[in-house]
Amino acid sequence: MIQFMNVFGIWLAAFFTISIFSFLYKDNPFYKFSEQVFVGLSAAYWLVYIIYSIMIPNLFAKLIADFSGNAILLIPATLGVMMLMRLHPRTQWLSRFPIAIMIGTTAGISMLRYMKSDILEQVTATMINPFAAPDTAGVIGNLLLIIGTITGVFFFYFSKKQDGIFKVPSKIGIYFLMISFGATFGYTVMARISLLIGRLEFLLKDWLHIIQ
Amino acid sequence: MKRSLPLIFAFVVGVIVLLSEFIPHRPFNQIVSTLEQWFMIISGFAILLGQISLIRMNTHKIYHRLPDWQYHLAGLLSFAMMLIFGLLWGMQETPGLLGSGAGIAAQLGSKPFDYLFTNAYMPLSATLFSLLAFFIASAAYRAFIIRGFESNLLMITAVIVIIGRTSIGTMLTGWLPESLEFWHIPNLADFIMEYPNSAAQRAILISAGLGIVGSSLRIILGIERSYLGGDK
Repeated sequence: MIQFMNVFGIWLAAFFTISIFSFLYKDNPFYKFSEQVFVGLSAAYWLVYIIYSIMIPNLFAKLIADFSGNAILLIPATLGVMMLMRLHPRTQWLSRFPIAIMIGTTAGISMLRYMKSDILEQVTATMINPFAAPDTAGVIGNLLLIIGTITGVFFFYFSKKQDGIFKVPSKIGIYFLMISFGATFGYTVMARISLLIGRLEFLLKDWLHIIQ
Repeated sequence: MKRSLPLIFAFVVGVIVLLSEFIPHRPFNQIVSTLEQWFMIISGFAILLGQISLIRMNTHKIYHRLPDWQYHLAGLLSFAMMLIFGLLWGMQETPGLLGSGAGIAAQLGSKPFDYLFTNAYMPLSATLFSLLAFFIASAAYRAFIIRGFESNLLMITAVIVIIGRTSIGTMLTGWLPESLEFWHIPNLADFIMEYPNSAAQRAILISAGLGIVGSSLRIILGIERSYLGGDK
C-alpha cells in the first residue's frame, strides 16, 4: 500500500506540475483546476498552521489548563470574535475595535523598530571615512556608497519639485536605484530558474526516470 | 462612538508601546508583552476571517453557477480535504483530534496532511513560482528593447550579477592577470552588490523608514483613519 501511495504521490505531483506548465501554451481547464486547488490547499495549510502554532498554544491550551489564571485571554478572544463580525453588514462596525488595537500596536512597534533599524542604523553605517579603505577599489566603493545613499534619499524626497539644480542628484539617485533593481532582478531570475530546474529534475528523474 | 472609540483605542495602545521603549519597567514592559500576545491571537482570527471570506466567495460562485464555478468547487473541496486532514490527524509532530494517525500514516508513508503537502501543495507552489522565470524573461526582453540609459544600466547589472554568481562567470574571465582581478566578473558582481546596490538599498530603507514613522504617527494621533472603513 505504501509503495502504491508513493507512486500515486509522484503521479499527482507530476500531473499538477504539467498542468501548471500548460499555461505557457495558453489558459486551459487543467491550469484553472490546478490553480484553484492550489488556492484551496494554500488557504487550508495556513489555517491549520495558525490553529496549531498560534491559536492552540497561545489561547485554547492556556484557557483549558488554567481558566481562572488566564481569564484575561478572553479579551483577545472576544476581540477576535468581534473581528469575525465584519462578515455581517449590521455588525461590521464591531470589527473596528480589534482592528484599531492591532493597528495601534503595529504603529507603535513599527515606529520604534524602523526608526532604529532602518533610519538611525543605516545613517550611522553611511557616516564612514571613504578614504580609510585599504585599496583604491574600496575607496571608490565607499564614495559610491555615500553618494548613492544621499542621492537615493534625495530622489525619494517628493515634497518639492525636482527641477533645475535639484534634478542632478535626483537623476544620480535613479541610476543607483536602477543598478540595485538590476541586481535584485538578477537574483530573482536565478531563484526562479533554480525552481524551474527543480521541477524539470522532478519530472525527468523522479517521475520518468530518464536521468539518474 | 462607533468611530471615535476605536481611534482612542489605537491612540492608547500606540502611546503605551512607544512609552515602553523609554520606560522599560513595570507596568509598561508587561503591558507591551501582553499586547503583543493579544496581537497574535487577534491575527489568528483575522486569518480565519480571510478563510471564511474565501469560502463565502467560492460558495457564492458555485451556488449561482457563475462562469468557471467547477474550478471553484475543486478549490473548495481541496480546502476542505486539507483542513479536515489537518484537524483530524494533525501535521508533522503535532497530533490532531484523532491523535497522530499512526495507522493511516503507515499506509500513506506520512500523515494525510503532510502527504497532501508534499505531493500537491509543494509541487503546485514550486511550479507556479518557476513559471515566473518565463514571464521574467519576457519582461527582461521588453525592458531591454526600451534602450534607455536607465534600462540598460538595469540589464547590464542583472547580467553581471547572474553571470558572476554562476560558474560561467569564473570561466569567462578566469584568465585575467592578477592586476586586472577587479574586472573578473565574480569580483565585479561582488563590488556591485557591496557598494552601489547597498547604497540604493540603504536609500530605500531610510526613505521607507521615514515614511513608516510618519504613517505610524498619523495613525496613533488619529489623523489617518482609513483603516476604520466606511461610515456604516
